[in-house]
Amino acid sequence: MTPAPRPWALLAELTHGCPLHCPYCSNPLELTRRSAELTTDEWRDAMRQAGALGVVQTHLSGGEPLLRADLAEIVGAAAAAGLYTQLVTSGVGLTAARLAALTDAGLRSVQLSVQHADAAASDRIGGRRSFADKERAAAVVRDAGLPLGLNVVLHRANLDAVDALIDLAEDWGAERIELANTQFYGWALENRAALLPTRAQLDRARETVERRRRAGGPDLVWVVPDYFGGEPKPCMGGWGARSLTVAPDGTVLPCPVAAALPGLDPPSLRDHSLEWIWDRSAAFNAYRGTDWMRDPCRTCARRTADFGGCRCQAYALTGDAARTDPACALSPDHRLVRDLVDDGPGGAAGPVPDFVYRAPGAAPGRSGSASSPSDADHRA
Amino acid sequence: MNDWRPALVPAAMLRHDAVRDAELLLLPERVVVLSDTAAQILRLCDGDRDVSAIVGELEARYPGAPVAAEAPRFLDRVRGEGWLR
Repeated sequence: MTPAPRPWALLAELTHGCPLHCPYCSNPLELTRRSAELTTDEWRDAMRQAGALGVVQTHLSGGEPLLRADLAEIVGAAAAAGLYTQLVTSGVGLTAARLAALTDAGLRSVQLSVQHADAAASDRIGGRRSFADKERAAAVVRDAGLPLGLNVVLHRANLDAVDALIDLAEDWGAERIELANTQFYGWALENRAALLPTRAQLDRARETVERRRRAGGPDLVWVVPDYFGGEPKPCMGGWGARSLTVAPDGTVLPCPVAAALPGLDPPSLRDHSLEWIWDRSAAFNAYRGTDWMRDPCRTCARRTADFGGCRCQAYALTGDAARTDPACALSPDHRLVRDLVDDGPGGAAGPVPDFVYRAPGAAPGRSGSASSPSDADHRA
Repeated sequence: MNDWRPALVPAAMLRHDAVRDAELLLLPERVVVLSDTAAQILRLCDGDRDVSAIVGELEARYPGAPVAAEAPRFLDRVRGEGWLR
């Protein structure tokens, strides 16, 4: 077996606690309790190991990473390991003093989430008043001279605001705005009928992005809606190829949503070194390379370009993670997404359900049945 | 650009990657793998040296190389990417 390439990037999910309750949250339906989180020393060691393994960039994310009182120490450990550090935040709690402590520790860049360009709509999607905090946070980042990026998860309730969102990025001094069409896993899959856009919405938004690109302004990153294009996304640049995720409790994953795959048995930093996990663990080798592929991927010319698409999506839609991603037009299961976008709530004028907001126990079929935001989340 | 004293933008971080034995320019969402020459030139962009001083340093290191023509073009291109100011 040829040795695996070294990973470039680490997504560090420092906590699943979050003041927001976004219905498309990429955290798993089963959120990790605060008491199960890695300690400061464990995160320090994780950063040291990541640097030694070849990681050069870390995204400090969550949940809301600012809920970790030891965030500056974790940033400092990452910087000491040579990692370029970016904070990925809701903006809630990002004061000038807090940011100064983080930049002193070596923080390089901030990515701020925004739910909509309109304050009330943004607050409704996030499940809590937060737009004013975000606006303040953007000013704090700009005043500190740090590069600011905005990230917006796009869906039915905000795709018509893409033009206004790009204006907002300019007004707030962002150098970059990532417009990421919703990927349907976990919470977003629970909320798919409410989030799935119409084709007309998507076409208009795409035209807007092209027009605004020609006009200059902030860098625009458009993450394609794979349900609509017929081409699967090259998820994570290949399984166990470029990046890894450390979840709040030390579970190490090839991608942030892979915890949902049954039988993956993802290893933990509490049991193994990061190097062993990357090189040797069954989880990181399960879909690495192309040997695991079946038809139509196995003989497809695009197999080393898109890697058969996303394993988590294949599992979520077909129950088998080794099948071709149904987003691919060549997949025998492609009708599963075609039916949704052509005839389902995204295509036809059907009733659009309310959001199931992200909160512990809020997902259907799990303990509790809350369908509105609860303030319990950030104490979970 | 006569009095331009190139410096990396605050968002950019230049470092040697000992694991891959490569020179890297790190940015918020991007890793650029540099040639050794490109890294050497960018290391001279400290905000103090102007372009002719950078060219002078490189000519001393590489006698006879077409530095005077190529280095300013490279610096302009990197500025165009938004990585130098």
